[in-house]
Amino acid sequence: MKDTTPSATAGVRHQPLYRRPFFWIIALVTAAFAGAPLIGNNVELREGLLLAAVYIILASNLNIMLGYAGYINFGSIVFFGLGGYICVYLVGSLNWPLAAAELVAGLVVSLLAFLFGLGILRLRGAFFALATIGINEGVQAFVANFEPWGGSAGLYLPTTIFAPFGGPMQALWIVYFLVVAVMGASLYLSYAVKASKFGLGLIAIGQNEDAAIVLGVPAPLYKAFAYSLSAFLPALAGGLYFFKSAFIQPPDAFDLGLSTEAMVIVMLGGRGTVTGAAVGAYLYEELRGYLLTSETFSNFQLVVAGVLLLLIVLFVPGGLMGWIYGRWPRMKTVLE
Amino acid sequence: MLGTIASIIDGVLIGSVYGLAAMGLTLIWGVMGVVNLTHGAAIVAGMFALYLLTSALSVPAYAALPVILIGGFLVGVGLYWIAVHRLIGRPPLMILLSTFAVNLVVIGLGTAVWGTGLFNIPVTLPGVTWHRYTFPGTHILAAALTAVIAGAMYVFLYHTRLGKAVRAVANNREAAELAGIPTTRVLSLSFGLGVALAGAAGMLISTMFPFTVLAGDAYQLKSFVVTALGGLGNPAGALVGGVALGLVEGFAAQYMPVSWTLVIEFVLFVFVLILFPRGIFAFRRT
Repeated sequence: MKDTTPSATAGVRHQPLYRRPFFWIIALVTAAFAGAPLIGNNVELREGLLLAAVYIILASNLNIMLGYAGYINFGSIVFFGLGGYICVYLVGSLNWPLAAAELVAGLVVSLLAFLFGLGILRLRGAFFALATIGINEGVQAFVANFEPWGGSAGLYLPTTIFAPFGGPMQALWIVYFLVVAVMGASLYLSYAVKASKFGLGLIAIGQNEDAAIVLGVPAPLYKAFAYSLSAFLPALAGGLYFFKSAFIQPPDAFDLGLSTEAMVIVMLGGRGTVTGAAVGAYLYEELRGYLLTSETFSNFQLVVAGVLLLLIVLFVPGGLMGWIYGRWPRMKTVLE
Repeated sequence: MLGTIASIIDGVLIGSVYGLAAMGLTLIWGVMGVVNLTHGAAIVAGMFALYLLTSALSVPAYAALPVILIGGFLVGVGLYWIAVHRLIGRPPLMILLSTFAVNLVVIGLGTAVWGTGLFNIPVTLPGVTWHRYTFPGTHILAAALTAVIAGAMYVFLYHTRLGKAVRAVANNREAAELAGIPTTRVLSLSFGLGVALAGAAGMLISTMFPFTVLAGDAYQLKSFVVTALGGLGNPAGALVGGVALGLVEGFAAQYMPVSWTLVIEFVLFVFVLILFPRGIFAFRRT
């Protein structure tokens, strides 16, 4: 290809996803995540990467709402926490196998999100953002009072739960690979959405909702779909995460700090870009690791996150990827 | 029966303070179309300002109110210039994020300094006894002071030149600018007023109930519910909405554990937003 005229770029656009370089970049990153801790059986690295993977999952699913549709979801952690609760409850109290519990957790949370989304996504902009704050508070208060889920004491899994996987050591590895798989799926999902007509509709909503509606984008339905879609994989991740730690409590499951960090990550990497969510998560995880070990900053983690977010919003609204695209416009065709 | 009436009256007293807090939120929304997510932090700042003034400087509790109002106003104007001014005219998402970031910083610093333990400000005031029930003096005085502040806001908005300018900017910023109103100054003034009202409400709440650094989220949610009831951008509606929320809380407390209150409020919030997007008590917009 000699030049990048619009028609040439359009030609690239119509290639199937697996013919595009970005598809293979995602595959490589996922494989690297899965393979790196295997070298020398590095458990410490595995735990670090697990957290990074959770960040990437939360951020790239949040990005579907925040980045594409331009809707802030302050309560994205609800999906993670509810998924965790449903999964732990089914596995621990009803003795379901993990796979079935995961699937049900994902589907139930997505369905709830869809129904809920149909309701609140008629709300525009700020009203929607307010409702999502309420969702988190409301769901947390509900779970803390819901006796079958242990109320504020939470749920515990017996250690025998890891027996089918060949003991706890083995189980932790399996859970890690599953989380990495969910991470890969999250990246592919946000890539596939971005490349689809549905994604185009979301981006149109993000730019000008009224104009999008006039042009025939069914905005409330699309928003509800996006909301529901962005719930599925975080619910799976939550199930795996709390299965691994073998207990779940409302403050851990609905840790607003984590959805805040996911927002910082999306803005840091660049809103509306698949790469941004992943690179932002990696950068943030590095920063966080540094902050936690530093004497001065270990108590100020959220303060630093807040200052970072404020600076990004005020001075670099495009985030890292926005800066890269501005510098090297051709990167847009390689890194989505 | 008497118990129900008593809890209704107490609900009205407490609810009016929620209304005061929500008035700060709704003023900022009405004037600049911005949801101020530093609202909860401002409420908590009011609580801790009173705590510091009474414990460290032994200022009498209610003498701190003017200090907190003025301090809140100055902080609010400062916040406008730091976190909001640059983003006026950009997508509303950006101001939500920037005020949210400021909220994180304030709450994070508060947590680092005070931890998340429970604080209590001992204020002794004689209550009013009616049959078997005693209404705490703090609740009555809080409602009275709310009425005074709300009255002052009314006089400011409807009987002063500057208040007229605020209403003009709320109505149509471009037209106000063309008419020679310094709109930027009016915006920063409104933001300052909104934060001052939130701080004052926080101060009054802290005389009634114990509080933590993290209490802001719950009270912020209450303010959202109140503004949803009263119609966003409507100060008078906020006061009515606050009283309505106080009533709901008073009733709910009779029939179920207090820990369910947030769930009920949230459900109410969503239902009102969906069914009455302009608010139940939405009078004509100022």
